Amino acid sequence: MKCSRCEKKAVYSGQGQNYCKSHFLEYFESKVTKTISRYELIKKEDKVCVATSGGKDSLAVLYMTNLYCEKYKIEIFALAIDEGIKGYRDHTLDDLKIFCKKYDVKLHIVSFKEKFGDTLDNIKDKAITDFNKKPCTVCGIFRRTLLNRSARELGATKLVTGHNLDDEAQSFMMNTLLGNMSHNASLGPITGLADNDKFVARVKPLYFMLEKETRLFALLKGFKVEFAECPNIDLSFRMTVRDEINTIESKLPGAKNGIVNSYLEILPLLKDHYREKKQNRTFNYCKSCGDACSGAICNSCKLEEELQLVKKVRK
Amino acid sequence: MKIYIEKDDKSLDIKIKKIKDFDGKKLLEKLKINPSSIILVKNDEVILEDEILTEKDYIKILSVVSGG
Repeated sequence: MKCSRCEKKAVYSGQGQNYCKSHFLEYFESKVTKTISRYELIKKEDKVCVATSGGKDSLAVLYMTNLYCEKYKIEIFALAIDEGIKGYRDHTLDDLKIFCKKYDVKLHIVSFKEKFGDTLDNIKDKAITDFNKKPCTVCGIFRRTLLNRSARELGATKLVTGHNLDDEAQSFMMNTLLGNMSHNASLGPITGLADNDKFVARVKPLYFMLEKETRLFALLKGFKVEFAECPNIDLSFRMTVRDEINTIESKLPGAKNGIVNSYLEILPLLKDHYREKKQNRTFNYCKSCGDACSGAICNSCKLEEELQLVKKVRK
Repeated sequence: MKIYIEKDDKSLDIKIKKIKDFDGKKLLEKLKINPSSIILVKNDEVILEDEILTEKDYIKILSVVSGG
């Protein structure tokens, strides 16, 4: 099959168009740049922190954000969280270090061991057996906390993540299936409802890119991305939803776009509805770490206490 | 035809001589692999599913899902 725009052989087919390598790269870069501009994800006065892991999504978003920031002379750095998952994160971090050196992006690495006193590998067994908590729950809470806290401490005004269209479709379906509609109000290209200086706004330049497109982009650009799947993912509800959506997509191409576009139509209503509910509530600040939270103590500190980790003095 | 499946880190050798117009789509059906979760590579070049495959080809099936 030939490219819809030239005589070269197509490497990708989507939404009725076929793309050769160079036209695919052009399509990808153009769509990501338009997403950044259309939703004003990054502004000239921003200091941008890109949350990275070294996987295909984060390398693609780091490359694209760096391209955008270079063009508009916006300050940018990369931030990685080392959860301490042997045989997984150590490999992706090695790829990330090489990438950041090549593209001259400053990289900060913050670890669970340094900030919470232990690695996820050591925490997870205790979490499952003693507290009935899945590794993904522990990892998710600690990662979110460290990303926000470290980005803020490093002076960032925007936290860029590599979430793509597949991630968003999965999150929306997961929240809907679990009846957590209020969580859906916090999705979208710019995440979070809270306007509080303790939170760094999270933005998603790959919001409209399929996971397949992102992997292909990384492959065609020659980024060193080896297949790496978290060893804990078997326990994740997300994996079930991911596989089901992929099955639907293969029978009904465009279904993922359909889910996300339908979600974006109702997003303003969800934001209004839950913002009204939240307006009557004032923020609390965690007694332990000082971060904004809804209770007396934030989820991360609560979890730390539960898991009885060695608490390090935070700078 | 030699095939490498990245997600399972597995290599296969399958015979396709008797199958007419054996393309990427037929290969994925045979292996029960969802096309929306992979990228097909034939002799180090990315291909679409409608590409005809031969016994001499080396096929890599790259997974698009990763992370956790």
